[in-house]
Amino acid sequence: MADPMKIRARLEGDVADVRVLMAHPMETGQRKDSAGNVVPLHFIQTITAQLNGKPVFQAEVSQAISRNPVFGFKVKGAKAGDKLTITWIDNKGDKRTDEVTLTAG
Amino acid sequence: MRFAPGLCALAALALLAPVPQALGQAKPGAPKAPPAVADKDAVTAEFEKFRAVLEDANPAELFEARGEELWKTRRGPNNASLERCDLGLGPGVVKGAYVQLPRYFADVDKVMDAERRIVHCMTTLQGFKLEELAKRPFSTDTATPEPVSLVTFVAGQSRGMKIAVPQKHPKERETYEIGREIFFYRAGAYDFSCASCHGEDGKRIRTQQLPNYTKPDQAIRAYQGWPGYRMTGGLMHTLQWRLWDCFRQQRFPEPGYVSDTGTALLTYLGVNANGHVYKGPGIKR
Repeated sequence: MADPMKIRARLEGDVADVRVLMAHPMETGQRKDSAGNVVPLHFIQTITAQLNGKPVFQAEVSQAISRNPVFGFKVKGAKAGDKLTITWIDNKGDKRTDEVTLTAG
Repeated sequence: MRFAPGLCALAALALLAPVPQALGQAKPGAPKAPPAVADKDAVTAEFEKFRAVLEDANPAELFEARGEELWKTRRGPNNASLERCDLGLGPGVVKGAYVQLPRYFADVDKVMDAERRIVHCMTTLQGFKLEELAKRPFSTDTATPEPVSLVTFVAGQSRGMKIAVPQKHPKERETYEIGREIFFYRAGAYDFSCASCHGEDGKRIRTQQLPNYTKPDQAIRAYQGWPGYRMTGGLMHTLQWRLWDCFRQQRFPEPGYVSDTGTALLTYLGVNANGHVYKGPGIKR
């Protein structure tokens, strides 16, 4: 099971400034281990964000993203009490979903 | 990237190394450039800015969360959690413990630093074997050792607190003296000591400013930012690793994992840094 994400959201008016930290090895498929074998490709492929169950965006990302990536974005039209859900799915089909409730301030 | 109609997401994207603009406001007054010489140093100032941006979303938090889970979970041959581990403030007290370590522990009649004490708890409470833990003590691209996550969790519980490494017990004072000895001890193929790099102001390796650990206002930089998430390789490291790597760079024999040597040096550095505010687990280039 994947480690939980760390989601931090700060509301400024009706804009939520969101920062998501994801724990993932993000293997490029180009590295070799100490025995000389290629480390297989393993990376987050899709990231989706939902506000109260309604999709805000979906991102297709590549193996060019760093290990344990940080993902930042702003959502307009958010208010305190809204539920923000982030999901990632990697190329092996592993997934992780985490949710936060927006608070004022 | 696809935007759903209706709701409007302003901007996404700020991955690997987020650019300052995308992050909006950095924490006010977060990084302080080291005094005197360094103030004039434009490169260092740029590095500090870069660091401040990174600190805003530090992957070290992921290891803090993992460490917390490890702390609370019953594990090991004894199927015990670490919640009875005494870090110096009583069994199970984690809050504020990190900034008061290394300290003297009567149960072992020794001074221990944070990682050493945690490993001690893992062996005594949970029944792990020190020899096993010492086999792979540092993070690699495939694994982060459990003590590393645990130290990160414990350190995070002292965020924003003042460093107060005690010097009451005679053994604590003795350990400080030993630490100072080691710090100034010149030896090895390069006839090097810790003080060769960290004993005067304004030294550097390439663009890295080297703090002078004999001065309190700079000694804090030995504690600040550790445990740290290293951008190079994306690995979490503790002070135990930092010391080991310094010894390696000096071409010294590397100290044993959680050894007296490490504790002594950390006591020396910690006491020198006393009174300064510890900002919690950090991020390194």
